[in-house]
Amino acid sequence: MKYIGQLFIIFGITFLGEILHEFIPLPIPASIYGLLLMLICLQTKIIKLKQVKDVGGFLLDIMPIMFLPAAVGLIVIWKDVAHMVVPLIIITILTTVFVMAATGKITDFILKKDGGQDI
Amino acid sequence: MKEVIDNSIYFGVALSMLAYIAGISLKKKFKLGILNPLLVSIVLVILFLIIFDIDYESYDQSGKYISYFLTPTTICLAIPLYQQLDLLKKNFKAITIGIITGVLTSLVSILVLSMIFKLSHELYVTLLPKSITTAIGIAVSEELGGIKTITVAVIVLTEITGNVIGEGVCRLFKIKNPISVGLAFGTSSHAIGTTKALELGEAQGAVSSLSIAVSGLLTVVLAPIFANFF
Repeated sequence: MKYIGQLFIIFGITFLGEILHEFIPLPIPASIYGLLLMLICLQTKIIKLKQVKDVGGFLLDIMPIMFLPAAVGLIVIWKDVAHMVVPLIIITILTTVFVMAATGKITDFILKKDGGQDI
Repeated sequence: MKEVIDNSIYFGVALSMLAYIAGISLKKKFKLGILNPLLVSIVLVILFLIIFDIDYESYDQSGKYISYFLTPTTICLAIPLYQQLDLLKKNFKAITIGIITGVLTSLVSILVLSMIFKLSHELYVTLLPKSITTAIGIAVSEELGGIKTITVAVIVLTEITGNVIGEGVCRLFKIKNPISVGLAFGTSSHAIGTTKALELGEAQGAVSSLSIAVSGLLTVVLAPIFANFF
């Protein structure tokens, strides 16, 4: 019964997310509405952590394999992107370095300015 | 046998699990950043399909039942986010500005590099969500008219890149504070970057996983605006 209740909450919120996605004319996926709903419900204690923790933890644990089918789909579109592979790889590596350096430096700067909080 | 595989809705699920288990074992055995379990399992599944001449469609028949769980699972990211809310509140200003910087840097550099490489609009919007977690990235790419499969590929490549080069980048740019390091990993290479951040320390890992959700949300808001620029 414990798992049925948790599954109900998670899939119920997923469905609510779909409803919001359907009626709010913004390019925001159902998953994001659901994530916000879940966070609000947890914060306001409408849902207690233990009411979603087991099934939620299980889903998060197996999350990596959920990306497999879409990634394997690359073999279908491979011919269309084969000629783009080099720029795609260059762009990927450069942006990753840029984002890391900029985020880290700016955060460091603000933390120092605010008196170097320790955690 | 071929017919059984072509008609099965369980074959692809079993194959995916097996490939991922193999990926984890390889990672454990050789401890190399490039041997990322997800990357390895993608390669293994593709090799299997090619060697045994199985159509992607037959694989995806069961594969789609795995993808089915992506939306509810993304929603469950709210659970770790909720658990780390205190850390977020304590360093609210630095974390907020850090994540905004990361998201903007990502979007602007993709815009500029797409112009330099003269990419099509379709490829440009495909790349826009590359620095966020796959579940949200797929959705953003779809909304903007991008190519979902390429988005997944560049997201995974981005994650692995961050995991492999992250420590070096932080050393090179003298980024030392645990919060800054965590944000650098989280905003640039989210989930797989976060696993690396966790290895560096609990605070790094906590902030990094926080930024997965926040930078994802920010990108959801900002990517459609950037989509109009090129």
